[in-house]
Amino acid sequence: MTRSSLEPGAARELWSSVLPPALTFVVVIALWEGIVRACSVPRFLVPPPSDVLMAVWTERASLGSALFTTAQGAVFGFLLSATLGTIVGLAFSLSRWLERGLYPYALFLQTVPIVAVAPLLVLWFGPGLRAVAVSAFIVSVFPIIANTLAGLRSVDPRLSDLFRLYGATLADTVLKLRLPTAIPSMMTGLKVASGLSVIGAIVGEFVAGFSEGSAGLGITVLAAYRQLRTDLLFAAVLLASLLGLLLFALVSGLSSLFLRRLRAPG
Amino acid sequence: MLQDIDLVIEEGSFVALLGPSGCGKSTLLRFIAGLEKPASGSIELSPSSGEARARTKLAFVFQDAQLLPWRSVLDNVALPLELSGSSRAEARERARGPLAEVELSDVYERFPDQLSGGMRMRVSIARALVTEPSVLLLDEPFAALDELTRQRLDERLRKLWQSRKMTVIFVTHALAEAAFLAERALVMSRRPGRIVLDHRLDLPEERAFDLRANAEFAAQTALLYRALQQHGAFDDGSNARSDG
Repeated sequence: MTRSSLEPGAARELWSSVLPPALTFVVVIALWEGIVRACSVPRFLVPPPSDVLMAVWTERASLGSALFTTAQGAVFGFLLSATLGTIVGLAFSLSRWLERGLYPYALFLQTVPIVAVAPLLVLWFGPGLRAVAVSAFIVSVFPIIANTLAGLRSVDPRLSDLFRLYGATLADTVLKLRLPTAIPSMMTGLKVASGLSVIGAIVGEFVAGFSEGSAGLGITVLAAYRQLRTDLLFAAVLLASLLGLLLFALVSGLSSLFLRRLRAPG
Repeated sequence: MLQDIDLVIEEGSFVALLGPSGCGKSTLLRFIAGLEKPASGSIELSPSSGEARARTKLAFVFQDAQLLPWRSVLDNVALPLELSGSSRAEARERARGPLAEVELSDVYERFPDQLSGGMRMRVSIARALVTEPSVLLLDEPFAALDELTRQRLDERLRKLWQSRKMTVIFVTHALAEAAFLAERALVMSRRPGRIVLDHRLDLPEERAFDLRANAEFAAQTALLYRALQQHGAFDDGSNARSDG
């Protein structure tokens, strides 16, 4: 097959994967707008999409700063997860004892109701960015630990034999065999964690976000709710979702670049 | 799984280890390589001590090439040297020789996913040769390849053995391949694996494709076939397990 005959096909494929969700979006938004206006639903219950868009525009200054604050908390939490989660996963893979002793408690981070713990975070870290970042960390670290560990454990036993046969040191085995093998799985963990870190940041803000000057999207949601500014509430939720998508897309993009360089599947 | 195996393999010989699936021939090879320890008994490499022992280097070729997908051809072949402490630059330099021996000098910077199955296996053989081993162990290395590629690799391996004068132990379940390659064929029975035939193959030193049409070659292959048959290799395989 020649290049010229491939490209229209690829374009058609892209078109056919973008078109259906775009159509769904347009239809749903149109129906929403139409029904809300036709039935005169009270705007504090369900604002029409045009109101939400308008709120994004008129409140752009405060929403922009809230978005930036939340993004900071999410990104710091995510970076903390990526660093500590990878180190812990690596440590677990090197020592069965460490894994058996600590894995249940790592799992606890996954199952702990973050809303219930958030007040503690305020007590320990003070209100503001630090508590929010720790909340994002708690929510997002487990998938990184679990995926790093699974990846490091997925080494082909015959390749392990090969390294053993040539008297490889532990450092060589980790750096030249286990880590490269684990990278696709580690990237999956990072992708999952990137989305979760935004959720963790918003939840953290609900409890811990009242610091002087900067309020995140979580605070915007609470304030809009108290004032029955439902249009603003929708606008904040929309931006929070977009932030999650953006982080996910960023991590996905970086990981597929990285994986292509490593010639790993995924 | 293995029983009463008492075996001496002379330095520089080419031995084929034949047997039905699951008879333990791969396990025997892993014992020799030191990758597993037998429950009883011992494996000795001579010379068994001193400076000369350190020079007795083993290399192992697995079924499927088992290359690292993120390393180029040259870096894959350099790997054993890197693991034994050479610098990366030195290891890459020394990897060129064995790659030339398997006629892959033009694909240094390609990656395993850009090579055919036969080429990957040649890279795997070059990787085994790079440490200049005195003993080369191969575990059904060509089993997954097509017949023509397999025949060409058999011829190449035989030439490498002749030029390098290393000891080669080759595990296979293909009779003709064993007869074509080896100076000596060992036939194992089904579990528990015992050596039921230790046969010196009476075939010319120089072997090429047409050897397979030779009557003497056919007779030698038939002899191995009968030994396998007598010891239940072709019975209903309900007890047979995959080799390993």
